Amino acid sequence: MKALIIGSGRVGSALAKRLVDVGWQVVVVDESEEALGRLGEGWPGEFHVGHALEIQVLEGAGIRDADAVIAATDGDNTNIVVAQVAKLRYEVPHVAARILDPARAEFYSGRGFDVVSPTGTAIEELTNSALGSQPV
Amino acid sequence: MFLIVVGGGKVGVSVTRTLLALNHEVVLVEQDRARFERLEEEFEHRAIYGDGTELYVLERAGIKRPPDIVVAVTGDDEDNIIICQLAREKYGVGKVVARVNDPRNEPHFDLLGIAPTVSATSMVLALVEHEVPQHELVHLLELRKENLEIVEVEISKESSVAGKRVEELRLPESTRLISVMREGKAEIAVGSTELQAGDQVLAILEPGREVELRRVLLGEKARV
Repeated sequence: MKALIIGSGRVGSALAKRLVDVGWQVVVVDESEEALGRLGEGWPGEFHVGHALEIQVLEGAGIRDADAVIAATDGDNTNIVVAQVAKLRYEVPHVAARILDPARAEFYSGRGFDVVSPTGTAIEELTNSALGSQPV
Repeated sequence: MFLIVVGGGKVGVSVTRTLLALNHEVVLVEQDRARFERLEEEFEHRAIYGDGTELYVLERAGIKRPPDIVVAVTGDDEDNIIICQLAREKYGVGKVVARVNDPRNEPHFDLLGIAPTVSATSMVLALVEHEVPQHELVHLLELRKENLEIVEVEISKESSVAGKRVEELRLPESTRLISVMREGKAEIAVGSTELQAGDQVLAILEPGREVELRRVLLGEKARV
């Protein structure tokens, strides 16, 4: 399996390492060269510097034969656009986007790519936690 | 008309000012606090502070009414795309206009069906191309929806078509000549129109046919 991970922040880099650990071929794309540091020494995968909206960067990173694209930058709108480009233009079989804003996460779900909303998850879990403290 | 303009930079401000002067109702959205405060001095309650890709900000601007047109002119292409998608698909806004900051992002707007787009860079480049002396083939207009474009070609002295009539040319498929401009005067190109060196010819064609058209119109005598 070949995965393209867009954004090598806390989430993207950790995800990249996990997929490499289970034997995936992983290509990471980030705007900043320093983000390579998060992948740790001896990163066995590829690392490309560039903005993921650029077709040249996506194609250089091998989007055409990727089995999965995961958009995990810190910009919701970048992730949403990258996910749609991956799905509609390159017909990547599996696409996922991290969308922090729960409202946009809801609006863009059900469009053929997975939407993961950490904020939505936090709201849910904190609500459950608070409600769980009520005496029954 | 009622319009929402997102992005209070030079473009957004000028558009807003002009529309207000024409007695349209306009709300201008800006996400930078300092810039918003300056806008508020000029536009008062018509300026709204916030990220125009957030649903609640758009709703405060009145997107649920909905506006006749949403104009997305922020400096971020991904933001402009999201604003247009939300406006059209979530709130049923009939018409959107988007600014493309980096022409390399234009395919994304096309892919997602966001039109019309305005790209200052592309327009400036086209104008510069037009002013460069001895230009051969200039793109004047892209009709992207129709998959056609209009180009201008200047017939050179060496060209084999100088002295020939339009009906004698072996033009590429899906290509037509529109008009011939000679000494400042334009005429519609018909079969009997004779081409001369120095003519500026407008042609309509499918994108990708430029090379063939260039070969037909500019091919040197010796080689044809």
